[in-house]
Amino acid sequence: MLDTTRTVETPEGVELGLRLAGPAVRAYAWAVDLAIRLGVYVAMSIPLAFFGEVGMGIYLVLIFLVEWFYPVFFEVTRDGATPGKRRFGIRVLHDDGTPVSWGSSMIRNLVRFADMLPVAYGFGLASTLLHPDFKRLGDLAAGTLVVHRIDDALPASIPGAPPRPPAVPLTLPEQRAVLEFAERQRGWSAGRSAELASLARPLTGLTGRAGHAALLGIANWLVGRR
Amino acid sequence: MNRETFERQYQDDWRRLGELLEHLEKVKTSSVSDDFPELYRRVCHQLALVRSRLYGTDLEQRLNGLVLRGHHQLYRRSGPTWSQVAEFFVAGFPRLVRREARLVAAACALFFVPLAGMTAVVVLRPELAYSVVDPETAAEYQTMYDPAESRERGAETDFYMFGYYVYNNVSIAFQTFAAGILFAVGSIFYLVLNGVVLGTVAGHMVNVGNGATFFPFVVGHASFELVAIALAGASGLKLGLALVAPGRRGRRTALVAAGRESIRLVYGIFGMLLLAAFVEAFWSSATVFPSAVKYVAGAAGWAAVIAYFVFAGRDRRAA
Repeated sequence: MLDTTRTVETPEGVELGLRLAGPAVRAYAWAVDLAIRLGVYVAMSIPLAFFGEVGMGIYLVLIFLVEWFYPVFFEVTRDGATPGKRRFGIRVLHDDGTPVSWGSSMIRNLVRFADMLPVAYGFGLASTLLHPDFKRLGDLAAGTLVVHRIDDALPASIPGAPPRPPAVPLTLPEQRAVLEFAERQRGWSAGRSAELASLARPLTGLTGRAGHAALLGIANWLVGRR
Repeated sequence: MNRETFERQYQDDWRRLGELLEHLEKVKTSSVSDDFPELYRRVCHQLALVRSRLYGTDLEQRLNGLVLRGHHQLYRRSGPTWSQVAEFFVAGFPRLVRREARLVAAACALFFVPLAGMTAVVVLRPELAYSVVDPETAAEYQTMYDPAESRERGAETDFYMFGYYVYNNVSIAFQTFAAGILFAVGSIFYLVLNGVVLGTVAGHMVNVGNGATFFPFVVGHASFELVAIALAGASGLKLGLALVAPGRRGRRTALVAAGRESIRLVYGIFGMLLLAAFVEAFWSSATVFPSAVKYVAGAAGWAAVIAYFVFAGRDRRAA
């Protein structure tokens, strides 16, 4: 499958697949975070206005803390995701797939200042587009990645059909292709399914609707319903 | 073995691992049950089988998700304890600064030489002050430190100024650090720029005769603040030099390693600037104290800073 996936080998020797998040979804998440931050500033300015200059001082400290440390706090304590990132289903991880630590989150969010140069995240965007893992400068310095959450996929359902064994033994990729055909039935019209099944004529000896039914039968047999 | 048999055989393992993971994620404890590591390794093995036997992307994704969550639970890095934080400020930070002595020296040169230089230049040729700061800003500084004005601030204003100094100065330090990733050029730029501006302001104050109010004001916190800015520059230089001269490592690994070291410097810098903001807000403008006291306090501050970085954290038992 064509996908921006990065594989990380764990100490157990198995490879983890991490789906990398591109600049578009990261920009959306950043926009949501910006809106939240602005909302906090506006909301806090009202009560603090009653406290005169002390209130102003507290307000300035608040702006400082939120501007620099809002992402750090959420990335470390909320499973690698600020509210904006959570909304779009992405999170921050280390290069080796482990959750992000305080130091790394601090680095990537402080270097964010360099990413914002020269104007409107110019360097950050350039870095994201040029790097194979969609890393901006902060990610490069901290050794982090932004990945999509892997949700539990819906179990693929293969439509039932009378199982029939294939005429010849199939190799693994060929078996995979037949199974994928059966799993994706929902997405296609009947005509399209028949058209695709006709491509498997060397295997089934049939075309059109009959070939479609035959291919589904083979898929059921491969999966184990015998 | 086909897929359905495989699933039937290992369903229980996956369900059990899912339950354990949900529990761990909800409770956020770091202690795992005894059967967790073995179960996790089994599911890792099953994921590898699913991949090699091409059982299907949905099953693969499901197991990948379980393994990723298990991986997070087993290999999570723990944060620092309070005693580690204390140890850092007592010994770790000065040791780190001493280790980076060459970069610190370079940053100090890049910062203090323009600062002193511009002060001298502006005192000798007063009109040059306006090539660095615009006339409005210069006039602002002039009135701020005018000896004729009443200088005592109310306590509320002190709080406001504390907030302002934190907001302004720490941001400058962070920016000086962050800009270092641009092959160290950014940090050099910010160091020189800040040195030039501060030197110009100091020289201008002398020219307009505000020296007697300006210097007692700044000398109290100058040690903490100026040294912190120089250290911020040094940490940015460290970051950038990993890209410029990575040595025996590749640029990416060198950058990550340098980042990990220099962010620890930034923690210390943050502490220093908080202290500087505190002193600047609550001590520096107190006109109750005569200038002599201010100068003595300032000198003590410089002595303390230098002694801290030269002596703190040294193991007296070492040869």
